[in-house]
Amino acid sequence: MSEALVTAVKDICQAHECDRTRMMDVVQAVNDKYGYVSSEAMDLIAEQLSTHRVEVESVVSFYAFLSSKPKGKVVIRLCNDVIDRLQGADRVGQAFVEELGINFGETTPDGQLTLETTPCIGQSDQAPAVAINDVIIPNVSSDKAREIVRELRQHMDPARLVKQHGDGNNAHPLVGSMVHNNIRKRGDLLFTPINRGEAVRKALAMSPVEVIRAVKTARLRGRGGAGFPAGMKWEFTRGAPGDRKFVLCNADEGEPGTFKDRVLLTELPDRVFAGITIAGYAIGAEEGIVYLRSEYRYLIAFLESVLEQRRKDGLLGRNILGKEGFNFDIRIQMGAGAYICGEETALISSCEGLRGDPKNRPPFPAQKGYLDCPSVVNNVETLCCVTKILELGPASFNEFGSDRSSGTKLLSISGDCKQPGVYEMPLGVTLREVLEQCGGADAAAVQVGGASGQMVGPKDYDRKICFDDLATGGALMVFGPDRNILKVAHAFMEFFVEESCGYCTPCRVGNRLLMDRLEKIMAGLAEPADLDYLKELGQTVKTCSRCGLGQTSPNPILTTLENFRPVYEAMVKEETQGFQATFDLAQAVAEAEKIAGRTSVHAHA
Amino acid sequence: MSQTVTLTIDGAKIEGQPGQMILGAAQEAGIYIPRLCHKDGLTPHGSCRVCTVMVNGRPMSACTTPITEGMVVENDTEQISSLRRDLIDMLFVEGNHFCMFCERSGNCELQALAYRFGITAPKYPYMFPDRDVDATHPDIMIDRHRCILCGRCVRSSQEVDGKNVFQFVGRGEEKRVAVNAEAALADTNVDVTDAAIEACPVGAIIKKRVGYVVPIGKRLYDHKPIGSEIEADGAVTAK
Repeated sequence: MSEALVTAVKDICQAHECDRTRMMDVVQAVNDKYGYVSSEAMDLIAEQLSTHRVEVESVVSFYAFLSSKPKGKVVIRLCNDVIDRLQGADRVGQAFVEELGINFGETTPDGQLTLETTPCIGQSDQAPAVAINDVIIPNVSSDKAREIVRELRQHMDPARLVKQHGDGNNAHPLVGSMVHNNIRKRGDLLFTPINRGEAVRKALAMSPVEVIRAVKTARLRGRGGAGFPAGMKWEFTRGAPGDRKFVLCNADEGEPGTFKDRVLLTELPDRVFAGITIAGYAIGAEEGIVYLRSEYRYLIAFLESVLEQRRKDGLLGRNILGKEGFNFDIRIQMGAGAYICGEETALISSCEGLRGDPKNRPPFPAQKGYLDCPSVVNNVETLCCVTKILELGPASFNEFGSDRSSGTKLLSISGDCKQPGVYEMPLGVTLREVLEQCGGADAAAVQVGGASGQMVGPKDYDRKICFDDLATGGALMVFGPDRNILKVAHAFMEFFVEESCGYCTPCRVGNRLLMDRLEKIMAGLAEPADLDYLKELGQTVKTCSRCGLGQTSPNPILTTLENFRPVYEAMVKEETQGFQATFDLAQAVAEAEKIAGRTSVHAHA
Repeated sequence: MSQTVTLTIDGAKIEGQPGQMILGAAQEAGIYIPRLCHKDGLTPHGSCRVCTVMVNGRPMSACTTPITEGMVVENDTEQISSLRRDLIDMLFVEGNHFCMFCERSGNCELQALAYRFGITAPKYPYMFPDRDVDATHPDIMIDRHRCILCGRCVRSSQEVDGKNVFQFVGRGEEKRVAVNAEAALADTNVDVTDAAIEACPVGAIIKKRVGYVVPIGKRLYDHKPIGSEIEADGAVTAK
C-alpha cells in the first residue's frame, strides 16, 4: 500500500470529520483523485470512518459514477436516452468507437480515455449530448465526436472543449458551459425577475404557522410528479417530535426527458435557495441540503458562490435578516449517478452515505427522514413556487392555473418538435395547445411524465396537464409519425432494468421479464397470449413493488399496450391448429443435432 | 402500554399491540402471512414482497406496516395469492434452483412456499444467471445460484452476531451478497455457529459435512406445508 494513498485517503476522510454519514463525499473525492476506489482505498476508508470494508464496497458498487476498477483520466459518457438516440446518438457513438478504437465500457490501452453510455443527462432539448468528466457538450454530431477525441488526445483537458458558451448564466465565469437554457415560454410566475431577499423577508414577518397556511391557501402541490400538497407535508414535519429537522431539495432531476430544474438552478438559484430557507423557517429546521445529480456538477461552483453571497447578505447563517433565533444554512450534496435517488427516501439514504435504497414507509420522512429526523423533501420547482407565493401572496398565485391545480408548470419538451426547451404554462393547459406552441402538432404520440409516465396518442390531446388529469413532473417527449412506438417503450424498459436498485423482487426481476417479452414481440415471435402476459406481469410489478420506481416502471408497456394496441397486434401471430406459429422446431433442436452429429427428419420436414 | 389495537384480517377480528407489524400481529392470532425475507427477531426488510397484503384496499408489505386501529387487511384472497405466486415464480427463475440436487430440499422456505401455492413449474422463463460459489471457508459454503437476496444473513450477522460479515453490493440485476473481505468468506470472521448461517431460508449458505444428516422425507416441510405451524396453534409466540 503506497504511503501517498494512505495520506490522501486520511486527508479526505478527515476533511469530512471521519463521519460515516458523509461516505458519499469521501468515496467521490477518492474516485475523483484516482479515477476509481481501489481495494486498498476501501480498506482505508473503512478504517477511517469506523465502518466495515464491505459497507464501502456496497456504496461504491451502487452508483454509476463510482468505480472499483481503474478508468481513464477522462471518461466520455454518451447519453443513450431515447430522445438522444432518435437524434443520432447511435451514429455519434459509432464515431467515438471508431476514433477511440475501443468499445463502450472500455478504456484505451494507454489508460487515458474511457467510453461509456449513461442514461438521460438532462439535456434532451439539445440532444445528442455527451458528458466528458464534468463538462457537458450538447448537440454532438459524428464529426464533432471525432474532433473531441482528437483534441482530447492532445491536451486531455475537457474544459478546453468548451468553445462557445450557452445563454444566460451558462456563460457565467463559474459555469462556463455550452449548455443552453432554451426557455421558450416565460410565464408570469417562475421565470420573472427576482428581488433577492423579498420572499424571505416577507416570510420572517409572519409566524411559521402563517407561512404554512399561506402555502396551503395557495394549494401548492409537489412539482416533482407525485403532486402531494406541500403545505400538508410541512405541517406534518413541523408537528413531528424532534429537535433537529431538515429541508431537502430534490435536485436529482433524473426522469428521462426532464431538464427544467437544470434551468431553474442555472437562472434562478436565489429563488430555489429562498424557498429552502422559507421551508426551514416554516418547519423549524436549521439545515437544508440540496441533493444535486452528478450530471449537473458543472453548476456546483456557481451554486456555491450564490450560497456564499446569501451568507454575506444575511439571507443564510445566524439570525437571518436580523430575525433573532432563526439560523439556517444550506449545503450541497452531490449524487453519483443513480436514478433511484430521485425517490425521496432513496435520496435520504444517499445523503446519509448509504446505498441509494429507498426506505420502508411508514415511517414517512416527515416523521423520520434524514438521520432519522423529521424532514421535508421538496422538488426544485416546488421550492421556487414557495418563493413566489411569499412574493405575491397566495391569492395571486391561485390566479394562475385551473380550479384544483394552481400555479404554472414548467414543461421540459423534447423530441420531434420544432422548438424543444422549457415552457412555463398555466396548469390546466391542454396537451394540444402545448404541442402547437412547441411545433409538434403532428405528433403521433407523446410520452407525458418521462419514462415512468404514460404514452398518449392524438385521441388524448385535448386532455389537460394538471393534477387531476395528465399529472406530470413536466417531461413531454414528442414522437413523430415515423417513430417506432415499441422501440421507444423498449428503451424505457432498458432504462428501468438498468436503474432498478434491486431491493425488491418485482422490480428487480419483473422489469427484466417485461423487457424480454417485449423483445420477443419485436422479433415477431409472439402470440396473442404474450400481450396478456405483459399486462398481467406489468400489473404485478406495479402492485407489489416497494417504491415509485417499480410502481410506475411498467407504464411504458402498459400505456402503449392500451393506447397503441394495433402496433402490438401487428407483431403477433395467431395460433393455428393448436400449434404455436412462432415455435421454430428446427432452431429448437439445432444444438442437439450438432451434438448428435445428425439432423432430425421431422424438424426439417 | 397496555392498550390493544383491533383490526380485521380477511374479516376476522384480531388484536395486537401498538407498534406491532401486521405480520407479527397476525401470527400471534394464528394467521399465517407468507413471507421469505422476514425472520422473527430481525429488523423487517420488506424486500421479497411475498407478504404483500391489501391494507384498506392498498398493497402493503405486512412485515413493515404497523397495525392501526380499525385497519382492514386482506390476506388470503385469490388476487393476493396470484400476486404471491408471481413473486415466488420470479425468485425461482431469477436464480438457478435445482431442488432435486439441493441439500436444503425439504427445509427450503422458497420450495415450501411453491408447494403451498401449488406451483409445480414457474410460468416465467428461466434466466439461468451466471453466478459464483464461494467454498473457501472450511465449514461454510456460499452458493449464490440459490440466493434470493432476502438479506437475512446480512441482518443476522449485524443484529444477532454483532458482526458485519455480509452486505449487499451492486445494483439492480447485479445486486449480490458480498462478504466483508477483499476476496472470500474464509478471510472474514464468520463462524459456523453464527446466526447468519442459520438464517438463510434457501440453500445459498450451507454448512459443510452435515448434508443429509436429516434424510429426505423427515425434513421440516416434507409432510406439512410451511405456515401450518402458525395456523395450527393460535398461541404460537411471535416477536
